[in-house]
Amino acid sequence: MRRVAIVGVGMSKFGELWDKSFRDIIAEAGLMALEDANMESKDIQALYGATMASGKLIGQEHIAPLIADQMGFKNIPATRVENACASGGTALREAYFAVASGAFDIVAVGGVEKMTDVSTSSATTALGGAGDQEWELFQGATFPALYALMARRHMYEFGTTEEQLAMVAVKNHENAYKNKFAQFHNLITVDDVLNSKLVADPLKLLDCSPITDGAAVVILAPLEIAKKYNDAPVEIVASAQASDRIALHDRETLTSLKATQIAAREAYRQAKLEPKDIQVCEVHDCFTIAEIMAIEDLGFFKKGEGGKATEEGQTKIGGKVAINTSGGLKGCGHPVGATGIKQAVEITWQLRGEAEGRNTNAEIGMTHNVGGSGATVVVHIFKRV
Amino acid sequence: MESDGIALKWRRIPNRYRLVGSHCENCGTDFFPPRKICPNCGRKTKMVEKTFSGYGRIYSYTVVRTPTEEHKENAPYVLAIVQLDEGPKLTAQIIKSNNKEIKIGSRVKLAFRKITEDGKEGLIHYGYKFQVIE
Amino acid sequence: MASIVGYGFYIPRLRIKIEEIARVWGEDAEQIKDSLGVEEKSVPDIDEDTATMAVEAARNAINFAGIDPKKIGAVFVGSESHPYAVKPTASIVAEAVGAVPYSTAVDMEFACKAGTTAIQACMAMVDSGMIEYGLAIGSDVAQSKPGDALDYTSGAGACAYIIGKEGIADIKATASYTTDTPDFWRKQGASFPSHGGRFTGEPAYFKHIIGATQLIFQKTNLQPKDFDFAVFHQPNAKFPTRVAKMLGFSEEQIKESLVVKKIGNTYSASSMLGLASVLEIAQPNQRILVTSFGSGAGSDSFVIETNERIKTKQRGLLKKMLEEKEYVDYAIYLKNKRVLKSE
Repeated sequence: MRRVAIVGVGMSKFGELWDKSFRDIIAEAGLMALEDANMESKDIQALYGATMASGKLIGQEHIAPLIADQMGFKNIPATRVENACASGGTALREAYFAVASGAFDIVAVGGVEKMTDVSTSSATTALGGAGDQEWELFQGATFPALYALMARRHMYEFGTTEEQLAMVAVKNHENAYKNKFAQFHNLITVDDVLNSKLVADPLKLLDCSPITDGAAVVILAPLEIAKKYNDAPVEIVASAQASDRIALHDRETLTSLKATQIAAREAYRQAKLEPKDIQVCEVHDCFTIAEIMAIEDLGFFKKGEGGKATEEGQTKIGGKVAINTSGGLKGCGHPVGATGIKQAVEITWQLRGEAEGRNTNAEIGMTHNVGGSGATVVVHIFKRV
Repeated sequence: MESDGIALKWRRIPNRYRLVGSHCENCGTDFFPPRKICPNCGRKTKMVEKTFSGYGRIYSYTVVRTPTEEHKENAPYVLAIVQLDEGPKLTAQIIKSNNKEIKIGSRVKLAFRKITEDGKEGLIHYGYKFQVIE
Repeated sequence: MASIVGYGFYIPRLRIKIEEIARVWGEDAEQIKDSLGVEEKSVPDIDEDTATMAVEAARNAINFAGIDPKKIGAVFVGSESHPYAVKPTASIVAEAVGAVPYSTAVDMEFACKAGTTAIQACMAMVDSGMIEYGLAIGSDVAQSKPGDALDYTSGAGACAYIIGKEGIADIKATASYTTDTPDFWRKQGASFPSHGGRFTGEPAYFKHIIGATQLIFQKTNLQPKDFDFAVFHQPNAKFPTRVAKMLGFSEEQIKESLVVKKIGNTYSASSMLGLASVLEIAQPNQRILVTSFGSGAGSDSFVIETNERIKTKQRGLLKKMLEEKEYVDYAIYLKNKRVLKSE
């Protein structure tokens, strides 16, 4: 397979974008990416579109040709990829294969979610589709509840504390504060998190990522011609994915995502790297506990020590490995289909030194995108060229 | 008036009312909910029906305070992952009981309660919840 | 001869005190407790209804009897608060206990006596050889209009009997007394029942209970002194005490049966729970008189005799169930009974 690079990235602001529609935000992100890649619409040969729940949220299915058209692409193959909250990461992977295989040279991947055109209740129900309808959701489970079940077990098995969970949210708000695209620009304290309203014990409001509108686009090209489009291409040196049983109760353990461990292992193998080589990583912190489990499952810290590592500041910018410099899902926002692509945008900026106010000078970065409560995990590793 | 989604829930009545699951005779593994293909045996699957005893222990739990619309009137409720004595785990609400602590390891028994209702004129969907016993 | 092979019951955990209801309506709690002989009543939780209680009672009865549910040939649920006007509670119960698919099932309604009529139906089917076991259930979330006198006594509960042959207590005889007497009713679509006030006493409750009981005395040649226990329908504690006296029974004979004091009137489950309360402590070879009453109006009377097999069974669950309780206030009581509407 050929080597693949990212030659253009773009994203809309993430937040409650009342003035902007689904079409508006994806066009905005797409334009930024084309400019970044110094390309015209006609240069794009295929499009992968990632949206989790456009049917329930805006009554629109078949969004791939819609996205292609809105970005000015004519008659190219356009495919929607849906893997719940890992739609973006999965779409990136499919686009990577499209270029790596030699089938296409220039491929665009766009992730977008417009969540505020329905009520908060309806948006929450739409997100619930990522879980097991018959055996979890029917029984009264919600996503905060499923992650709360994991949190309780993690606290029981390893002594992780609610304060340590809160520190994840505090750090991610600190990072988001510096990111002009992020949803939140307010600093919070551990007490703010601990005092926020309980959503599903022990998780509170500030332990949970928000409902967000947003889009992100990445353009891929074969490495050998990447410099034609961008003098700082970023190579995708590993792409890995794993699945697991959709219902949380069917997993082997509640304190790890096996799919993360498998995908990570495969990614390190492809890139011939180890966890200690990763300098910056965007992980899927849909809830604070998810970041703690992710930094363990990705191999940065021993199982059970994710809370302590966070407490000791090892995941801050300047720490052992900078986690979620964009602000993560908690601070930057979580427009579901866009998140996996946004993670790649952030890592690209980090590796180019273009992440204003939050640069880590990293050469190697990673993204970790999860679907539902862990039934899909996609891991990518990126290297500055 | 024709209603939506009747068959989807009706198919699950024996599973939800009586904990009918399945058992693979090829490898001896129990499954709840039931499934057609055994993940261990693939094409060698020999699946038969099995009804679980209804006893188990709490594996993890939370209190849901922001439920979806259809579970609103019940809130706040305890949601748990229960490990049945026979091995499989399932997700279910724990009904309130006196002086019986809800914690990881608490012993529970099957109860029959309303789970959801399709509005004032729609069907009532009954199913399993669990109660903590001594 | 038809026999009680097993019994089971279910009382919801929540309770409301007479004091709390009186507080809301500005009435004298002590005076009400005195005149009704009731202290508190049971309240269903928001996810409970007639069907869920019926299933729990039936499961307990099947457990007690130790039989294979597939051998239950008929399932009857008597109630005046079935969850559906059209769609039987009995088929939900049959499915939930595993008495499917080769059985017959039907719902019954005759105010508070629907459960005992279900017992009569099972007796006939067992005696004729049509079925091996019959499941008769009385279950109600008793309805009443907020602020009405019945608000003080309308409780919630279910009781199930498995009728077969060679059980722990034989049903030696049954007799009924029926007339068209409109003492208490609820029209289709009406939110709450209506009643005739004092008319519910002499022309209704007393006339029919006395009618049926005297008929059974004639049929069996038995008199009050031949019985160890007597159980009557319990809309409150006063009516059964008075009718017992009128029939010639002593307070001692009816005292074990008066569950109404602690759980209120459970409508279709009332006399059945009264009987269960007696069976919980009865010795072998004791004789029990049971007469139910259902508004509209009618009474079913039974002569029941325990035998040696009663000693082989685990009993005492009712006392435990009655002791497990939590008090709620009037608002939660209304919310749980679906009276507090939000649409």
